[in-house]
Order: sequence, then C-alpha cells, then structure tokens
Amino acid sequence: MVVIQRVVKATTRKGKKVLIKKEPQVNEGPKRALFLQGRRSSDKLRRLTKDLFDIKKPDAQLLNKKNDITVFEDATPVERFCRKFETPLFVMSSHSKKRPDNLVIGRMYNYSLLDMIELHVENIECMREFACQKIVLGTKPSLVFNGPTWEETEELKHLKSLFIDIFHREEVESVRLQGLEHTISFTATPEGKILIRSFNVLMKKSGTRVPRLELEEMGPRIDLTLRRSKLPSEDLMKEALRKPKELKVTKKKNISVDGLGTTHGRIHVGKQEIQKIQTRKMKGLKKTPEEIKMKRAAKRSADNNNVNKIKKQKLG
Amino acid sequence: MDVVKDVLEKSAKEADKYKSVEVNKLIDIDVGALLAIDSNPLDSKALRSSPNDYLLKLTRDNVQLMYNQIWELPTERIEEAIVVKLPKPKYSLPRAKPVPKPRSLTKWEQFAKAKGIVKKKRTKLTWDDQLKKWIPLYGFKRAAAQKEKDWVLEVPQNANPMEDQFAKKVEAKSERVAKNELQRLHNIAKAKHVKIPRFGLTNPDVSSAKELQAAVTVAKSSTASLGKFQEKLPKEKEARGVGAITPGATRKRKLPPVSGSDEKTQNLNIVETVLNKRPKIDMEKAVARHMNDEQLQRSEEKKGERPKRLRKSHGSSTGGGGRKKPKNSNRPRKVLYSLELRVYFYLFI
Repeated sequence: MVVIQRVVKATTRKGKKVLIKKEPQVNEGPKRALFLQGRRSSDKLRRLTKDLFDIKKPDAQLLNKKNDITVFEDATPVERFCRKFETPLFVMSSHSKKRPDNLVIGRMYNYSLLDMIELHVENIECMREFACQKIVLGTKPSLVFNGPTWEETEELKHLKSLFIDIFHREEVESVRLQGLEHTISFTATPEGKILIRSFNVLMKKSGTRVPRLELEEMGPRIDLTLRRSKLPSEDLMKEALRKPKELKVTKKKNISVDGLGTTHGRIHVGKQEIQKIQTRKMKGLKKTPEEIKMKRAAKRSADNNNVNKIKKQKLG
Repeated sequence: MDVVKDVLEKSAKEADKYKSVEVNKLIDIDVGALLAIDSNPLDSKALRSSPNDYLLKLTRDNVQLMYNQIWELPTERIEEAIVVKLPKPKYSLPRAKPVPKPRSLTKWEQFAKAKGIVKKKRTKLTWDDQLKKWIPLYGFKRAAAQKEKDWVLEVPQNANPMEDQFAKKVEAKSERVAKNELQRLHNIAKAKHVKIPRFGLTNPDVSSAKELQAAVTVAKSSTASLGKFQEKLPKEKEARGVGAITPGATRKRKLPPVSGSDEKTQNLNIVETVLNKRPKIDMEKAVARHMNDEQLQRSEEKKGERPKRLRKSHGSSTGGGGRKKPKNSNRPRKVLYSLELRVYFYLFI
C-alpha cells in the first residue's frame, strides 16, 4: 500500500512560524522536560516531581492528571505527549505493588524513544525541608559525578548522560562568575545506589583571586537504585550524536599564536618570474631607430604572408 | 630588608586567616559543560557512617577544583557583571531532532541553476499609462487595478462572438493557479520521494476508454475508506496496472470455495459456458459484408483483369512488417490542471 504522507501547509503567518520552529534546527535550545504520572502515584513521588520540576523550570511542563501508561510495555502514549508538548525529555512517576515509588527518566530523538531508565526512589528529602536560600530560576548548575562505577556499566553511562541532559540546561558560551551558585552531585556507590545531592555554592574570601567555596545543602536529597532500562541501539545513538556541519570548527591553516599572544600568519607567495621583471630603464639598453625599423619590417612581411595565404584558401 | 620581611609576614598571616583553595586530586573536568567527573574510588567507611557529610566534603573539593579552572579563563566585563568565556563542551549529548537537511531544489530552480538564470529584482510599483497611476505588481490593490483596466475586452477575430470573454479570462486564471499548485505538490513529492500517479487525467472529451477507466479506478479508491463503499456499475471492471498507486484497487484472486457443493456449481457453470459457446452473429455486419462482397465481384467482372494487378501492386507497397501506428497519436494532449489537482489532493491530504 502507498504510504500517504500529509503535507501540512500553514494557513496563517503565525501558524507558519510555529511550523518552522518545530522543524529541525542547527542550534537546538534547551531541551524541555515533561513531568507526568502513571496509573498511581505516591506522596514521595509527588514531592520529588515537584522538586525536580522546580529545578528544571522554566524548560519544563508538569502534567497533574494520572495516565494509564506503562512505558516499558508501550512507549507510544509518552511519545505522543512529548510530540504534543515539544519536550524531548520525560520524567514519569508511578507507584504500584510490584514496583513501588517508580521513576522513569528518558528522552526522545526525533519524537521517538531513544533511551529510558527506571529507578526506585528509596529515600527523598525535598527542598522544603532544608532551611536555606533557594537558587534563582534558570540558574545553570555545575554537575559533579562521583565514584568509579559511572563508567563501568552501559546502563550507568546512559544514566549519567540522561542526568546531564536534564540538568545542564543549555550549552552556553559565557557565564557570570557570581551566577555559579548551584551544584548537583551524583554519586554511584559500589553497592549500586545512586545518591543525588544539590548544594548552594557560597563563595568566601581566600586571600587569592579564586574564592574559597563552601557548600550548603539545598535539597532535594534523593537516593535511587536501578530497575529496568531500555537502551538505544548503537546506530541510533550514533545518528543522534551527529553534529551538524555548520557547528564543526574548521582549522585555519598557517595561523599560529605565540606565547605572548601575538598572532603570526604565514603567507604563500607564488614563484617570481625574474626574467620578465621591469628593472631600471637605462639609455644604454634602449633600441636604436634602425633596430626598431627592422623589427617593424619583419612584422609587416609576416602579416602580408598571412593575408596571401587566406586569400589563396578563399579562391581555391 | 625589614620592610620586605614585614610585608611577607603580614601576607602570610592574612593567608592563614582564610582557608586554602588548593585541592590535591586528579579529576576530569569539562569546563565548557560545567562538568566534573571524579572517578577516584570512594571512601566506603565514611560513606557508610555519615554519607551526607562525606558527600558534601567530596563535592566541595571537586567543585573547588572546577572553579579554580574557571577562574583562570579570560574574563570580560558586561554591565557591571564579570563574565567568563567558556570553551566548547567536550561531553556530547544526543540531539532532540535530526540534523537539518538542505532543502532540495524545485524543478525550476534546478533548471535555472543549470542554465545560469538569475532572478531579476522587479520594482513592486509600475507606472500604468492607461490608468495614469502606479499599479502594484502583486498584492493589495492589484486586482482592483486590473479590474478597472479590463472594463471592456476585445473579441478575437476568429472567435465565437457569443463567447463570454470575461468568463474565459477567469477560467484561464484559475487554470494557471491550479497548474502552479500542482507543480508545487509535484516538487514536494519529489523532495519526499513520494510515489505519484504516472498519468494525468486528460481531458474527458479526448481520452481513450482505457485512460478513462484508469481514472475512474483511481478516483473511486480516493475516498477515506479507500473506495470500499463505492458502488459499481454493471459490468464495470477495474483498470489494470494501477494497483501500485491505488490502494483500494487490487485484482486479487479469490480463494477457492470451501464447500463441495459450491465448487460443483462453479465448475458446472464453467462447463456450461464452454459448451454453450456459439459464434455470435451480428446481423447488420454480416449483411453489410455480404453486400460489399457482391459489389466487389460485380466491379471486377466489369473491369476485367486490371483490378487484379492493381491489388497486387498495392499489396506489395504496404508490405507486412511495418510498425502499427498508435491510435490518436496526433491528438492534442490538453490537460485540465484543475481536474488533475483534485486527484492529487486525495493523495496528499
């Protein structure tokens, strides 16, 4: 059967803008995250979702209603939600007898599931329980991963990538030094636990240019363990990790910078034709009138010969 | 020398007052992504006894290491805020959507590129001598100006005087619009590698029966339910060779009947049709042929042997193996774009 593809044509100018915005871009902005619930939710999960949503705001969408979704059986409903809200990331919480306090975090590539990992929320202390100043909305946190186990299994590697994707917010070219006030640490213990801690960074005097840092726990304090996971195939991951040509930096040749910061350029000059160079004109090298005359005569005779030849050809 | 000593002592004292920023550890730091990866083994004893204090200390050291590197980067002052320029992040994350592909050229753009045709810029307003005012090339007030200009239309010399020239002009315009839209859809189909019908719907006045049948089959299957509820005319057959483009039209063989009695009746029917086959006689045709034969005979008798020779020469001149000339080959292929467009819409939307 022929696959019928729809051609969506915008009818208004604004609609056209929306469609263009949804098209693939070279520079993608911050990845938005969708927070949703499964069939049932627990108090623990609700508090956790609220806190994660607060950290991820304003690039987040929170859905309050319960959904009859089991992502590991069928991911299409979540894919549909993610398409609707334009959110490549999702965090789904569900609570059941078999899997209590379940948290699934995953991401989409081109509106279809790339990878997702299921976690058990063992313990949570939410932000409200810590008496300290909260960070400003939209602050870019610095992320710290502790422990050698992060690189050991494929699941933990992907979980690390997922955590960075959710919390790093956006690629930036520059940051305000005073704005570096939030840090999140992820620790993978040898027992298989994942401990997430979030801190306020306080900058103190140190007698040098670099400030002495002190941390103050801001919450949430989350302890997780791994459950099921769905990892992408190698090809799909490779495809998703492709960088656009425009963003690749091409090395400029023949330009170097020395230790003092001076730029040096090397210029290639073509071979010089010394034989044809016009040097200083001298009277002694000038042609005599006789020489000029002879040259002209030779040229004239050559021209005449040519004309005769052409005439002959025409007649013959 | 006392002064120098004093100053050094003073600075040492001041440094003692504050805690140090130095941390002796080796960790991976991706400054561009504000990411620190500490893969040193954890202190399991401390982790078990007081996990939160241990994690705070561990994280502080790692963050201090990262910030030490950040503070080394070149700074800039933007509106009373000190801003540091970060390098490109090393850690790569998957994209949300695929890398954008360059838009494929339309057929015209391709042609123009090959021929080196460059689009000329035209001014939007042009002076109209007839109306004595500036007329826009397109858009607002263009149609009004055109209407004002065409208040009367000349009837061409050999045209039907009763023909409505205004209606003709409107139709020609709508045809042009339809053609443009059709070409736009063609270009989209080409860019997306969509299969499209191989034939256009030609003018029903000059189409062959085969073409019309194909068109009917395609049009019938162009409903939302793929022509499932379209009624059939008596003796109607589906066109051949359109299965690929009409999802509803499938000339599938039916399965043989399950029950024995059904099979028996089916086979008996076939036998009956074969046995009862008689040459059909078209009386009119037979009479005409008979009359023609008689006439020929009579004329031959009159003329003697001459016609025979003529016939021979005629036969040799035509020969046997010439290619058959296709029917209606010089028929003008007038295409109704608006009709064709309607079929296209079924395919696309």
